[in-house]
Amino acid sequence: MKRTISFVLNGEKVEVEVEPHWSLLYLLRERFDLTGAKEGCGMGECGACTVIVDGKTVNSCIFPAMEVDGGEVLTIEGLTEMAEGGLHPIQRAFIEHGAIQCGFCTPGMVLSAKALLDENPHPTEEDIRKGIEGNICRCTGYLQIIRAIKAAAEGGKDGRAD
Amino acid sequence: MIRFDYLKPSTLEEALSLLYEHGEGAMLIAGGTDVMVEIKQRKIAPKALISLRGVKELEYIEPHNGGVRIGSMTTHRTLESSSLIKEKFPALADAVQNLGSVQIRNVATIGGNICNAAPSADTAPPLLVLGAEVRIRGPRGERVIPLEEFFVGPGQTVLNRGEILVEFIIPPAPAYTGSAYWKHTRRQAMDLPILGVALSLSLNKGEASNLRKLLAESATMEEILFSLEESGLVCQQARIALGVAAPTPMRAKKAEGVLKGAKLTGRKLDEAGRVASQEAQPRDTLRGAAWYRREMIQVLSKRLAIKCLERIFLGEKR
Ligand SMILES: Cc1cc2nc3c(=O)[nH]c(=O)nc-3n(C[C@H](O)[C@H](O)[C@H](O)COP(=O)(O)OP(=O)(O)OC[C@H]3O[C@@H](n4cnc5c(N)ncnc54)[C@H](O)[C@@H]3O)c2cc1C
Repeated sequence: MKRTISFVLNGEKVEVEVEPHWSLLYLLRERFDLTGAKEGCGMGECGACTVIVDGKTVNSCIFPAMEVDGGEVLTIEGLTEMAEGGLHPIQRAFIEHGAIQCGFCTPGMVLSAKALLDENPHPTEEDIRKGIEGNICRCTGYLQIIRAIKAAAEGGKDGRAD
Repeated sequence: MIRFDYLKPSTLEEALSLLYEHGEGAMLIAGGTDVMVEIKQRKIAPKALISLRGVKELEYIEPHNGGVRIGSMTTHRTLESSSLIKEKFPALADAVQNLGSVQIRNVATIGGNICNAAPSADTAPPLLVLGAEVRIRGPRGERVIPLEEFFVGPGQTVLNRGEILVEFIIPPAPAYTGSAYWKHTRRQAMDLPILGVALSLSLNKGEASNLRKLLAESATMEEILFSLEESGLVCQQARIALGVAAPTPMRAKKAEGVLKGAKLTGRKLDEAGRVASQEAQPRDTLRGAAWYRREMIQVLSKRLAIKCLERIFLGEKR
């Protein structure tokens, strides 16, 4: 029952055979070795599997792989590849502001931040909190993450969110 | 993972005939945020999923004779960003902006929320107070029914095999109408409601200067209700709808009857809240006890009435 689908993955056109029941997360991790997106809860709650499809964040663990046919997918690996000098400004801000501890939520968190800033380049703290409501972090307590996103929005200047 | 085939029609006609051909084992998938989770939890095991995502003709928010028509494949995110919905149908805007997370709202649809028919479906109470009808297409043609006749039980609707929900039709609201929805939760994000209450109020006039002033100043409930007593406002139409208060989302019609045609006072609002909580059939569940839900129906109905007044007198931005 295999199907062939093609889509743009991190800026590159790809064609791949998939089983119709695969999730996008499975496809990314097992066929493309893109292991930045993680399986946390596997039910769309925690956001560790967040990737960007056609400009919008989705939970790839419950997103059918078949739905990216003809579309565009951006993962954390793509964000890094496309950034000048190795890391995207959001990633740098996360490091500078101590917004990472174990790192499990980070790829999803960074992509949610990117989608937020693409849509709303000058978010309020409330906008930021709302923008990452679908990403759970067990380590940082979120404040550092909010600060990092605020700083990234302000172009890397020290932006304390509180 | 359970195996299934995945079919991607690009028109409604094609979707209908695929659904017909594949018969019993086939299931529709919209955003998949209920379907995929239920498959993973092994609650369902469809042989084929028929995806509506490519059926672009089902995705629209269209002004219609002062009301609006919303295609079933419209995502919560799209509804959340619609100024038409925010300005004219704020109860629905209240619901979609607090449903799931950004990731969920980006893919989950209003059609999926209603067809999944959870007692907690956040868009159901607002659509009920907005007087929505649903258009359904099936192999034998089309029918339009009021949304209140759509739900049969938890997860059960009047949809027959082979039928697709096409759109929601919301009629124009009378003058001086305000609507609001409150999702009562333990935490402010990513939680299903303990209780959902939606209300819409239509008044005989939009003028009551003292009341307006107090509302603008966010005065205390006592002050507002006192001024309401003197304002001579009469309720022309009231709709109250409840989520997680019965096996299906429900209208509290007896409570609506208390308000309709009555002079609006604090006592009337109390009475309506009390009647609504008697009409409801809440259960004890993990999220909340039945007595608590009954209690909160009264509290929230009154608060929402004030919210509706704010929206009538101060504009929809409130
Ligand atoms: C993490 C998470 C958080 C959530 N939070 C909330 C919340 O806060 N509030 C809430 O109400 N819900 C919530 N949900 C549930 C879910 O996201 C919503 O019910 C959503 O609107 C379902 O839409 P969908 O497009 O994903 O539906 P799908 O999962 O694709 O479909 C749901 C059901 O409807 C049927 N269906 C879909 N479209 C049609 C159609 N046009 N005609 C006929 N049948 C159709 C499908 O066959 C299926 O039975 C949450 C889910 C998750 C995973």
